[in-house]
Amino acid sequence: MPVAIDWAGVAQQVVSGLSSGGIYAMLAVALVLIYRATGVVNFAQGELAMFSTFVAWTLTQHGFGYWTAFVVTVLASFAAGIALERTVIRPVERSPVLTTAIVTIGLFFIVNGAAFWIWSPEVKSMPNAFSTRPIRIAGVAFSISDLGIIGVSLLAVLLLWLFFRFTKLGLAMRAAALNPDSSRLTGIRVSWTIALGWGLATALGAVAGLLAAPPLGSFDQNFMQPILLYAFAGAVLGGIDSALGAVIGSLALGVFLNLLGTYVSWVGTDLRQAAALAVILVVLLVRPAGLLGTAVVRRV
Amino acid sequence: MSRVLRVGAGVAVAAAAVALVLVLPHWLSDARAAEFARAGCFFIAIIGLNLVTGYTGQISLGHGALMAVGAYTTAILTANHGFRDLWTVPLAGLVAAAAGFVVGLPARRLSGLYLALATFAFAVAMPALLKRFSGLTGGSQGINLFDKALNRSTGALGHVHVLGRTLATNDFLFYLTWGIGLVLAGAAWLLVRGRVGRAFRAVRDSEVAAASSGINTGFYKMLAFGISGFYAGVGGSLFVLVSNWFVSPSTFGFDKSLLLIVGAVVGGLGSLAGMAVGALFIQFVPGWSANLSSAPGAPSVFFGAAIVLVMIMLPAGLGGLFRRLTEPLTRRL
Amino acid sequence: MPLLELRGVAARYGALEALRGIDLSVDEGEIVAVLGANGAGKTTMLRAISATVKTSGELVFAGERLPRRPEAVARAGIAHVPEGRGTFAQLSVDENLRLGAHVRRDRPGVKADYDRMLQRFPILADRRGQAAGTLSGGEQQQLALARALMQRPRLLLLDEPSLGLAPRVVSEFFAVVGELNEREGLSVLVVEQNASIALASSARAYVLEVGRVAVAGTSAELQRHESVRRSYLGY
Repeated sequence: MPVAIDWAGVAQQVVSGLSSGGIYAMLAVALVLIYRATGVVNFAQGELAMFSTFVAWTLTQHGFGYWTAFVVTVLASFAAGIALERTVIRPVERSPVLTTAIVTIGLFFIVNGAAFWIWSPEVKSMPNAFSTRPIRIAGVAFSISDLGIIGVSLLAVLLLWLFFRFTKLGLAMRAAALNPDSSRLTGIRVSWTIALGWGLATALGAVAGLLAAPPLGSFDQNFMQPILLYAFAGAVLGGIDSALGAVIGSLALGVFLNLLGTYVSWVGTDLRQAAALAVILVVLLVRPAGLLGTAVVRRV
Repeated sequence: MSRVLRVGAGVAVAAAAVALVLVLPHWLSDARAAEFARAGCFFIAIIGLNLVTGYTGQISLGHGALMAVGAYTTAILTANHGFRDLWTVPLAGLVAAAAGFVVGLPARRLSGLYLALATFAFAVAMPALLKRFSGLTGGSQGINLFDKALNRSTGALGHVHVLGRTLATNDFLFYLTWGIGLVLAGAAWLLVRGRVGRAFRAVRDSEVAAASSGINTGFYKMLAFGISGFYAGVGGSLFVLVSNWFVSPSTFGFDKSLLLIVGAVVGGLGSLAGMAVGALFIQFVPGWSANLSSAPGAPSVFFGAAIVLVMIMLPAGLGGLFRRLTEPLTRRL
Repeated sequence: MPLLELRGVAARYGALEALRGIDLSVDEGEIVAVLGANGAGKTTMLRAISATVKTSGELVFAGERLPRRPEAVARAGIAHVPEGRGTFAQLSVDENLRLGAHVRRDRPGVKADYDRMLQRFPILADRRGQAAGTLSGGEQQQLALARALMQRPRLLLLDEPSLGLAPRVVSEFFAVVGELNEREGLSVLVVEQNASIALASSARAYVLEVGRVAVAGTSAELQRHESVRRSYLGY
């Protein structure tokens, strides 16, 4: 006797999963941006996003609305990312990649510590970005918040895509990431494209944090760390050198983890993280390049 | 002629190191000696990490987890099976070496960022695994060696009698860790200069070239992970014995793996002296940072700033500075 | 006053001295060839001009000291087509061409030049949307040249354009370069191992040996020069 599938429930969970996945995707694209420009994974990406979110929270505590704080914070994060790259990353530009990686680890400690130093450790909550009422589509109730997060994430991705595909600066950044030497011969200031990459990545991180905070209800200075883990898993799944892969991988991961959490009863929060780790390991063992990354040269 | 002088200089440095280790505890307070003993454990683990990352060029973010393997081996054998604590140290090393070989299996096919991510996943997964197999590991509560009547050479408070002499416990622990550390450093030095070390460096400099010369790169990568696992295991095992006689899944979380790689790079990859400096850095700088300010988060800021400053000013690490100072002496000869 | 002048230029890779004091000049509207065996320093010399290697000595372009950063050299009006062509293999032909004009600010001029490139190199027009890496060697050489021309440089540096190309393709290439030089006054400094076509296509030439200028003169003189004939022309 066939079991009746609760399609409405599945649809809700898929949408909810896409919403989480959208948040992971923002951070994953930020990671890919910096990785492709500099060959380094920015360990501090999550903490920077957290810091941006706290700045936005402070703005909301001073009477600014959520969306005003959102815009101001994203712009400020863009500038901060550029400033960070110029002060802390540029000096080690010509050093081995591992040196830069350690600098980002140092940055992790600095930003995390600064957040605890500046703001108290008690949990905070962020005003809602979207209405908390549900909306009915085709008779199924969906959360406006979920749909809103999906919308903002996709818009961010679309804007980025348009920038890289159709603007002169975007093309220069792509070229600089692919072949810095040839780019210099064409007159591209490769060093500044890296700074710009950091600016965009930090801004994306801010978007991720700002979207993630309201649904959590309450958050503290460590709230981005699990999200960073999921972002890594999404980026690995999609292919860490492909921004499109990072998006698709993150969305897929979000849906997968959500369905897993809903329909497999013994999977709690701890196990969600373990599942993400398992995804990373399985992908690396089976197909390191992920779904859309360039194939890794295997046997010699 | 210059070769003889270089060897001579090396012997002199080694003799100085041994002398320093023998003499240092006399000038250290009891509490300091205990801190140095902990640094000694990191020294050993970082030597291992240096073999994998500095000499073989494979990035590992998982050495904290390998230390955990060694630590738990010692804890389980001493607390639950009545082994004498010191004898478990080499065993812990061997078990961690086996774990290292297992981690090394995917390393044969992965490199660079992908390997870093795989070892990262391993390091993050370890605490969860330790909690899961609570029957063996005591779960989230960990294993306590402190208040049991155990077969222990290191647990006595106050004084230890060894080799016919009486030492303050923390001095004994200092000698224990740094003594083992020097011996293992010497072994690593020999390894690096031999055929295996050359194979490691060939893999680091160009896997393609190494493979074309007939070097089995996959085997050597696994070997590097296995050997460094032994070192990490010994370090983890000693860490339990010299710090709190207690281990839990959070003792060696991902943050330890991060600290180890910071110590290795800040110390200067490819420099054994640098490894000692790196170990001291990750042991003492967080403490100094805490002394600067007790405001929450402030120590982290200072520690992170120290890391960033060292990397910007000395991209080759502190050990690289040491080498640059002594190189003019050894090069012209 | 020459367009480009090198005086006592030296360059090294670590302990290896690749250039030991080069004196060289290119006048406006000239095609100058640089010959020499492998390792003579020809590529290094071009790198010295485009500042992709550290140099000592004087480098003067259009009367001013040549900047020592590659981006600035490009902005000053020098286009360098490096060994291996330097095309962006993963980007399309169209994107490669657009990149060539990166330093320019005159949008209508860039558009006009873009159309002209597609006219002059019809193959590129056909393959506009394709990834540059999928083009054949000869097509990539055309793309590299077109991209450099998009920059509207005053001086074009070519590093071994004949490398890996069939003889007929090579002559066509040099014919195009010659035409650009005649009709638009483009100055060219071309480094070549293929001495015969280089000398046939240029007005003056230098021969480098172990980082120094060994022989210099008009191309006609060099074609008759005893040791040049024997070492580089094969007769």
